[in-house]
Amino acid sequence: MKQFFYFIQKEFYHLLRDRRTLFILFGMPVTQILIFGFALTNEVKNSRIAVLDLSKDEATRAIIHELEASRYFDIVENLNSYKELEPTFQAGKIRLAIVFPEQFQENLLHTNTSPIQLVADATDPNVANTLSTYAQAIIMDYQNSMRETNELPYRINTELRMLYNPQLKGSYNFVPGVMAMVLMLVGAMMTSISIVREKELGTMEIILVSPIVPIRVIVAKMIPYLLLSMVNIGSILLLSVYVLDVPIQGSLWLLVFECLLFTLTALSLGLLISSVSGSQQVAMLISLMGLFLPTVMFSGFMFPVENMPIPLQIISNVVPAKWFYYIVKDVMIKGTGFQTIWMETLVLAGMCVVLLVVSLKKFKVRLE
Amino acid sequence: MESIQVDHVDKSFQSGKSPVEALKNITFNVKQGELFGLIGPDGAGKTTLFRILTTLMLADKGDAWVDGYHVVKDYEQIRKRVGYMPGRFSLYQDLTVEENLSFFATLFNTTLEENYELVKDIYVQIEPFKKRRAGALSGGMKQKLALSCALIHRPSVLFLDEPTTGVDAVSRQEFWQLLRGLQKQGITILVSTPYMDEASLCDRVALMQNGSIMKIDSPGGIISQFQKPLWAVQGDNMYQLMHDLRHDSRVDTCYPFGQYHHVTFNESTIDIESLKKEFQQKGVHSITIDRTEPTIEDCFMELMNQ
Repeated sequence: MKQFFYFIQKEFYHLLRDRRTLFILFGMPVTQILIFGFALTNEVKNSRIAVLDLSKDEATRAIIHELEASRYFDIVENLNSYKELEPTFQAGKIRLAIVFPEQFQENLLHTNTSPIQLVADATDPNVANTLSTYAQAIIMDYQNSMRETNELPYRINTELRMLYNPQLKGSYNFVPGVMAMVLMLVGAMMTSISIVREKELGTMEIILVSPIVPIRVIVAKMIPYLLLSMVNIGSILLLSVYVLDVPIQGSLWLLVFECLLFTLTALSLGLLISSVSGSQQVAMLISLMGLFLPTVMFSGFMFPVENMPIPLQIISNVVPAKWFYYIVKDVMIKGTGFQTIWMETLVLAGMCVVLLVVSLKKFKVRLE
Repeated sequence: MESIQVDHVDKSFQSGKSPVEALKNITFNVKQGELFGLIGPDGAGKTTLFRILTTLMLADKGDAWVDGYHVVKDYEQIRKRVGYMPGRFSLYQDLTVEENLSFFATLFNTTLEENYELVKDIYVQIEPFKKRRAGALSGGMKQKLALSCALIHRPSVLFLDEPTTGVDAVSRQEFWQLLRGLQKQGITILVSTPYMDEASLCDRVALMQNGSIMKIDSPGGIISQFQKPLWAVQGDNMYQLMHDLRHDSRVDTCYPFGQYHHVTFNESTIDIESLKKEFQQKGVHSITIDRTEPTIEDCFMELMNQ
């Protein structure tokens, strides 16, 4: 047992003395969370818009006021004529323009109808859509407030309620995604690299020609990265709760347990990669191409799996990150208990066991 | 008692589409307490042989025993009792000298204190640097550290794969003295080297070339089998001289050897003076031709030509 503990100690020396890698390992989750939280967000906030108010009456002023008050829009230009519209778009100053025709309120009151034109920059169709929907909603609000005084019969009101994420925050979606990504990368890539490095240096030859049982070598290699992953889990959860205001709705212990299960799966994958690759570069490439990309693409974190063609949906089932992503979303965001995620947990546990057994079987007691 | 027995071992590798025979029908024995050298150039198959004996590779054919244990069936036993120093510097560059030593000691379930006597002679030389990282040591120091690590568990057989490659002449001398000291303690040592001059420091040597053993004997025995008189030839234009010698019908072999060319002749009696004149006419001056004693390298060259 003493040799086993000294082996772990040695792994920690490697880890702690390689400052650059250590910095990346601890820095990666923090920067990813912060980048996704504050920079790479597809939430629409403070979009610059222009208003062309040809009417300038009570109603248009009220609507403009509403628009300005919302956190989605920032009115940066007050245009005076139609001719100015196109150049303002071309200069990239605005993404949406709202045009009130002449005699807006008069028409509204006398003919019961009055148009408003929304002009959107559709070079990014998603943003154009979102912005116009928001603007429409604000205008509808104003309309409804008018109706309250002037009741009409037969009216259907849709009331929208966004469950689990009422503010439609993007962070609810990417915190589980970043967790999957970071744990997969740290686990699989670092374990495989640390084993392959011993092969490359030739130290594996000496370790093999020694009385230590190979399985202990493997476990000793995994433990430091398991601990490191736990630190990363902690830092991601702390950041998401205290910086991004994403609460942990379900049981924290259940969440930590699932994270550990996923980390173990990643470590086993790393072990498997190390047994097929002969150099650190190969191990890194396989980890990046074979794990990082599928994690991003198939977990449902960037692109919804349901929208993919059937073959890709089937492929996505073998990506451990997909199951982990569901689990974290359920436990952390929806606050459900074990009864709703037992199947996903079982799949993940199955993958973990299979990978571990295969990689232990594949671990060579000789050089070839 | 035989410490290492190798019996008709074959090994080939797949290199691209064609198989490369790394070892062909290798058979030899090493007695207990013997310092046995495998001498041969790069690619002779020395490292492959080491890996088979240290249970890291499986032979295609043939058997081998180390310390009485079979290299395939009893590989776990062998791993407990041999010391192995691979050709590449195989220690952790980011660990200190002390940490490397205690890691390998612990790996073999022992401690530095327990076997201090054995490694003392070597360790005292690197002890002043014990807090230094292994990566910052000089080549000779690295080899001494690697040897200490391979010795730390008092192995009965020590495998040293090219321990002196890339080490300066003084450190090489010291290293061989250390090996002699270890041999006195009863440790069997199998050492490989591409340096022919180191062969004379072994008890017995096997000369290897292209996966085969050409000859096994004591260094003296090998040299005594060199029959022909050997001449050392020197001149002011060594390249021209080599060319002329090799195209001379009286010359049997001619190899560059340091500052001289070592030459053997087909005829038993040679007129040195007329030979000198002939070469002078061809443009090489201040020629000396003297008798010299053959070395292992001369024997190796001769064996290669057979």
